[in-house]
Amino acid sequence: MSLWEYANPVKFLGLSARVQPYLWAAAAICVVVGLTWGFFATPDDYRQGSTVKIIYLHVPAALMAINAWFMMLVTSLIWLIRRHHVSALAAKAAAPVGLTMTLIALVTGAIWGQPMWGTWWAWDPRLTSFLILFLFYLGYIALWEAVEDPDTAADLTSVLCLVGSVFAILSRYAVNFWNQGLHQGTSVPVATGGRTVADVFWYPLLISMVGFGLLFLSLVLYRTGTEIRLRRTRALLARSRKDV
Amino acid sequence: MIALLRRDLMLAFRAGGGFGLGLAFFLIVTVLVPFSVGPQSELLSTIAPGVLWLGALLACLLSLDRLLALDFEDGTLDLLATAPLPLEAALSVKALSHWLTTGLPLVLAAPVLGLMLNLAPSGFMWLIASLALGTPALSVIGTFGAALTVGIKRGGLLMSLLVLPLYVPTLIFGAEAARRGAMGLDPGTPLTLLAGITLGTIALMPFASAAVLRMTLR
Repeated sequence: MSLWEYANPVKFLGLSARVQPYLWAAAAICVVVGLTWGFFATPDDYRQGSTVKIIYLHVPAALMAINAWFMMLVTSLIWLIRRHHVSALAAKAAAPVGLTMTLIALVTGAIWGQPMWGTWWAWDPRLTSFLILFLFYLGYIALWEAVEDPDTAADLTSVLCLVGSVFAILSRYAVNFWNQGLHQGTSVPVATGGRTVADVFWYPLLISMVGFGLLFLSLVLYRTGTEIRLRRTRALLARSRKDV
Repeated sequence: MIALLRRDLMLAFRAGGGFGLGLAFFLIVTVLVPFSVGPQSELLSTIAPGVLWLGALLACLLSLDRLLALDFEDGTLDLLATAPLPLEAALSVKALSHWLTTGLPLVLAAPVLGLMLNLAPSGFMWLIASLALGTPALSVIGTFGAALTVGIKRGGLLMSLLVLPLYVPTLIFGAEAARRGAMGLDPGTPLTLLAGITLGTIALMPFASAAVLRMTLR
């Protein structure tokens, strides 16, 4: 019994079909509870007023935008090293979800920034890094679409993902050097644990973050299943054409 | 390797005018800037380092799809891949010849165009230094982009989409070094970081480029 057993598409689809209902339910509950609690049951911040409530969308989306790329990096590595097709297809399935999360983070950030900073957009390091991440997602998806042979496409996008990760990190620190920021530092550092968010805001935020994580997981499982079936259908079609 | 370099250089000089194209593009972009932002000399001298860097970057990008596409079509790349010379070395040579035909002329032309954009006198040396240090990185990263998209029909636009985000760190440090130089500040830090990026990409990117090229040719 090992994790690699699920590299077999049939096993993977079986497991994913079994866990998906629970995942979707858990994701729905967490997102709904987190967002309603955050939007309607928390007090207004004494300085930011009710605009602070967009944090329940902004922070989880930003968190998942980065984690989605990280997941793609890991699955790309697995594809390059062990050639499991499920892994490559999972990376393909995750990219549009990550792109959407990045877009949500950028848009909610702009909506939040307008009343707080007086501007929709500033060339701040964090904002700029996210914009660059957005461009990387676009390029990655475009490359998947452009290459016809599925195995070559998986290979090329995997290498692009690896090289892109290095350059995304480089850019992250380069923009820090280039311009000092308007965006605050993180309020919920995972490593040190010293958060600066009050408990009333923290619990709904935590629930939304967990909810977005589960939502991402369910979406990726669902989309990976679609990709596997699509691949299978194409193979069957090709075979039936050969028989005739 | 030297034979390959000579062949590439000769092709660039003699066939198709690929040699002057990047340079002409650089000239046009720089000439268009005053038309779009106005002829005030203070404004021009503020933005001159950035404009020159952006122009050089775009000129590099423009000539990238010639780098491998022609060789891919006539089968030269297949021969190179089966040759005793490692593909990594062949691609390094390709990047070098791209730099010699595109990057180096840009470095040499930049001061003249800087004059037209009213660049501060202290900035010329640092502009040349930053371009000379930074353009090799542009060529090497561009070779990766070209190798990635060489198998795709009409992949030029896609290549721009893939390569431009990779150019971000180089552009930031290069333009920052030129800007600091023009303002009379010490450009040492960005220049050192730029050199780090260039050396790092020269050392590592050929492996990535050769890997993706092998995947395409397989």
